[in-house]
Amino acid sequence: MLICQFVLWRKVLKLVLISCQGMCLSPVHWMNFSHSGNRKMLISVKISLTLSYPSNKKNLKAPIHVPVTSDKFLLLTKNHALPLPSPFNNKGNYVISLSELVRWLGVKAEELGVEIYPGFAASEVLYDVDDKVIGVATNDMGVAKDGTRKDNFQPGVELKGKVTLLAEGCRGSLSENVISKYNLRDKGQGQHQTYALGIKEVWEVSGDKHYPGLVLHTLGWPLDHKTYGGSFLYHMKDRQVAIGFVVALNYQNPFLNPYEEFQKFKHHPAIRNLLERGTVLQYGARTLNEGGYQSIPYPVFPGGAIIGCSAGFLNVPKIKGTHTAMKSGMVAAETAFGVLHEGFSMEAYWEKLINSWIWRELHAARNFRPAFEYGLIPGLVLSALEHYVMKGRSPWTLKHGKPDHEATKEARLCPRIEYPKPDGVLSFDVPTSLYRSNTNHDHDQPAHLRLRDPQIPELVNLPIYDGPESRYCPAHVYEYMPDEKGQLKLQINAQNCLHCKACDIKDPKQNIQWTVPEGGGGPGYSIM
Amino acid sequence: MKIMVAIKRVIDYAVKIRVKPDKSGVETNNVKMSMNPFCEIALEEALRIKESGLASEVIAVSMGPTQVVDTIRTGLAMGADRAIHVDYPGTLYPLSVAKILKALVEIEKPGLIFLGKQAIDDDCNQTGQMIAGLLKWPQGTFASKVVLDKEKQTAVVDREVDGGLETLCLDLPAVITADLRLNQPRYATLPNIMKAKSKVIKKLTPEDLKVEIKSDIEVVKVTEPPKRKAGVLVSSVDELIDKLKNEARVV
Repeated sequence: MLICQFVLWRKVLKLVLISCQGMCLSPVHWMNFSHSGNRKMLISVKISLTLSYPSNKKNLKAPIHVPVTSDKFLLLTKNHALPLPSPFNNKGNYVISLSELVRWLGVKAEELGVEIYPGFAASEVLYDVDDKVIGVATNDMGVAKDGTRKDNFQPGVELKGKVTLLAEGCRGSLSENVISKYNLRDKGQGQHQTYALGIKEVWEVSGDKHYPGLVLHTLGWPLDHKTYGGSFLYHMKDRQVAIGFVVALNYQNPFLNPYEEFQKFKHHPAIRNLLERGTVLQYGARTLNEGGYQSIPYPVFPGGAIIGCSAGFLNVPKIKGTHTAMKSGMVAAETAFGVLHEGFSMEAYWEKLINSWIWRELHAARNFRPAFEYGLIPGLVLSALEHYVMKGRSPWTLKHGKPDHEATKEARLCPRIEYPKPDGVLSFDVPTSLYRSNTNHDHDQPAHLRLRDPQIPELVNLPIYDGPESRYCPAHVYEYMPDEKGQLKLQINAQNCLHCKACDIKDPKQNIQWTVPEGGGGPGYSIM
Repeated sequence: MKIMVAIKRVIDYAVKIRVKPDKSGVETNNVKMSMNPFCEIALEEALRIKESGLASEVIAVSMGPTQVVDTIRTGLAMGADRAIHVDYPGTLYPLSVAKILKALVEIEKPGLIFLGKQAIDDDCNQTGQMIAGLLKWPQGTFASKVVLDKEKQTAVVDREVDGGLETLCLDLPAVITADLRLNQPRYATLPNIMKAKSKVIKKLTPEDLKVEIKSDIEVVKVTEPPKRKAGVLVSSVDELIDKLKNEARVV
């Protein structure tokens, strides 16, 4: 994730920004941020943008054009759709493509003098002798699959700074290392982070079915009552519709396949009508934070801070995180400016955060997601209570359940789920979808998905959980294939990776470690 | 000796392209663009020749609207010494590109012009050949190996042709177009990208070069290829023959 556009502050900060995930490369205007953005398109970013450009928001020509016109909410069963009062109030918000907005912000940042270097992956945090963070290092480029140096080998580069801000998005690889090194979870709000996997497609639909500004969310089918998740459907401009499905990663049945649930969902009578005769333009997936208030780590470490979704400021009941992420970046920028010029301490970032509207908002939203630990109906009832009666002022704070990777039950205790074959019109197989994500990695490089213990997949994942990674990965990176002796062995197709981080989160023994691939590789989102 | 390398900004090779709804062309709005892969290979070869001491300077040239500057910066970051941007907002077909290059050659007087064998957007495979014709210079196209001889002022070029490999000896100055196996282009490193920001890009227009852009070609319509139909399983040889004869009509 880029250390971002949030520093568009009038006192120009000279910051060097590099991409911490193997992202699409030059031209320099080209930045694809596959962070929480693939879901967070319905944004109240106007607040944050207004704060960063107070005087001239109208002249900015930001790609924010389609105001929300209606907010619908449906509870789905297999064949029916029950309209419910919408818990959302998106009036005044806009439907946008976050990819487009971020590209635009990048241009603005460069005009202000910020240097941005996409196509380089930060693979290591640099520390000095006192264990203070002094910068990051990019990984070597031109390393072959077997680890040897190719002809075009280039060693990584160290980038040092007085302040390092990590903005890698949800479950950032460097951020997680830093959080565990400095024990930031315990120092923060205390709870572990919980996650969901969002899978999304952008469709071009027929003009007669397109209603720019229409916003729809659904709950229920095809997920069961024990699995939290739902869909979103936002009508953008140019006959484009963003449709996606989110599944909380604390699901219990290892046979669950979030991608297939999404494909199934599109066949629902209330949804299929819109998509018939349409074409899919792009596909993508990304995990997002659902821990909210209870899971925010202490975001300051010696030498810098963690901002945005790497810390986790997503407002779950609102299903929005870009506005709080941007605000956290702005607050960090102000603090960093103070550190560089006025001798402040970075700890002031925490103080400013807890005194900002982010805190008030997340505090009011804190009990919605944990309520669903008790099931769909109790969750809806408790949420309604929170929303209409307590209005966020409950005296209690509900706790999260088990960490996502511990929530998976053993395969022998769970019913197999058979998914229907894709029909090629509404639903598709993974390779077709993957092609639409424009994901690409140089094939001749070491796999960036590392196994801490290479034996665990065959000793634990396969026999006990039936290889859940072959089901939850939305890119079919993980496949169990028979070897020459007929034994099933895990094959990692790292080239397919969409950088969603689901495997890093959901692997039962936390054996899979997502690390950055060679810079420049990854999905190519342009209208997501 | 100077080497001039012509580079083109095209849709990135990994992007899934689609045709615009009005069928006037391929959608380039909100699409990732990069340097044409064959142009990268051409530039890499020019840089290697310079690094071996056989050339003094590598000049990267590109033509098109302002955004083309991004691709030029990548070329500078790879190691080109300086660059020229010929600013033209519309589409440039190979003959126009060749005419502009000819005008630039008359100013810069390079000993060698390197181009990619073709661009991956139009697949024309014409510009190198046309500039050689306009300048009346020898050409070595589809090069998979280039060896320069400074003494004799020649270039020995292995060409990938349909029948195998053909080796030509060209007198310099010459035009060479790069094929895939010529080399593996280097990465533009972060320090070089930073340095490239301060390298000079000279901006010119076709008017400055006294080149009139008129096209003899007009794109009338662009359509997607027809969708591949699913295969059919036949149950017997007779059925196969029947289908080949009566349906496919190839027997």
